Amino acid sequence: MEQKIVIVDYGMGNVGSIRNMLKHIGFRAIISGTLEDIRNADKLILSGVGAFDSAMNKISGTGLLDALNIKVMEEKTPLLGICLGMQLFSHASEEGLCRGLGWIDATTVRFSFTGPASRLRVPHMGWNTLSIRNPHPLFQGMPEDMRFYFVHSYHVQGAQKDMTLATTHYGYDFTSVIAKDNICGVQFHPEKSHKFGMKLLNNFINLM
Amino acid sequence: MPCLLVSNGRLVKTVRFRNPAYVGDPVNAIKIYNEKEVDELILLDITATVEGRKPDFSFLSEVADECFMPLAYGGGICDIDDISRIFSLGIEKVAINSYALENPSFVEKAAAVFGSQSILLSMDVKKNLFGKYRVYGRGGRNGTDHEPAAWAARMERIGAGEILLNSIDQDGTMEGYDTTLIRKVTEAVTVPVIACGGAGRIQDFKMAVEEGGASAVAAGSMVVYQGKNKGVLINFPSRDDLKNTLD
Repeated sequence: MEQKIVIVDYGMGNVGSIRNMLKHIGFRAIISGTLEDIRNADKLILSGVGAFDSAMNKISGTGLLDALNIKVMEEKTPLLGICLGMQLFSHASEEGLCRGLGWIDATTVRFSFTGPASRLRVPHMGWNTLSIRNPHPLFQGMPEDMRFYFVHSYHVQGAQKDMTLATTHYGYDFTSVIAKDNICGVQFHPEKSHKFGMKLLNNFINLM
Repeated sequence: MPCLLVSNGRLVKTVRFRNPAYVGDPVNAIKIYNEKEVDELILLDITATVEGRKPDFSFLSEVADECFMPLAYGGGICDIDDISRIFSLGIEKVAINSYALENPSFVEKAAAVFGSQSILLSMDVKKNLFGKYRVYGRGGRNGTDHEPAAWAARMERIGAGEILLNSIDQDGTMEGYDTTLIRKVTEAVTVPVIACGGAGRIQDFKMAVEEGGASAVAAGSMVVYQGKNKGVLINFPSRDDLKNTLD
């Protein structure tokens, strides 16, 4: 049976390119913020650009918080967080005062450089590579020269080593891919990372 | 990277900024580039400013949804709110050109609001009657006194994060980049300079980078035409071909 893939619509940035990239690799996804669609989802994608607090306020304000908690924490539905979507997994962010989803024991911090790295610009914007720290089906069949497109000023910090699937270097190594059970998060934008992004989304959809 | 020109939603290609020839549908072209491992795309609406139009947001939304790579857009940008709207559509960078000449502080303001990394300063350069390089506004129509290196340096100082340097004289000729011009500008700034105008073969990229000091290279005719007779063929050199030439 065809999987029901739901890209969670909570009003934080355009997700059209995620849907179209999935369509391009042969999966139909819907963009929806209704409780019914989320309840019936087999795979969830939580993307987002913008501020941590406005994202959390929108998730709470639309009643999606409880639905997401049940789907992800109780029903163990696979969920992929993209960019801000991944940062929301943490308890809190330096960017705001709101509590995060708290699904992963970590916090979100702003890039902060010392020494020669101080000249680096924030946000970190551009193509960058991954250093794999823990093998995972998300990386299955991924070419060795894989690279992804990043745009972010904040990143997740302090997650357990076994949850940190990959790090990326920008001034220092930060966590760029994270996973805990059914929850996966990527700091980069697969939907802007052409063939590498397609491979990663394909691997996510094929997760059990 | 491909530099695509659009006019009223149609993909066109110019020669020396004149005679825009229709070469197809921009969304189709982007779908083809999605398959070609293109790392960034520039899309310029070449008639928005001249016709006094704002960016075509519904067209840009369609483009952004189909673009599986980072995208920079330029054309008709003269309002901070318009930039916000463009970014909310899923476009990563904006290019400011004519309006920077009319109102330089706009670049400063845009960089302060959105960060330098998403603000591209696009400049069109041509040799004037006396053979001196000068920056032109409004799609090459309006001459100015600005000398390109000084203009680029000034724009960098107030916040431009990247310079897109277009050579009007080389545009559409496929005879190679103007490496002298590129060198003048790259020596004046520390931000990345994307060279555009004149690419006809992969070897031209190498010249722009090695002789001109460009950080990146953009191509127009080369990625929409094939052969001497300029048959339309949306194309992009393979990564291996690029590697073999540039390494």
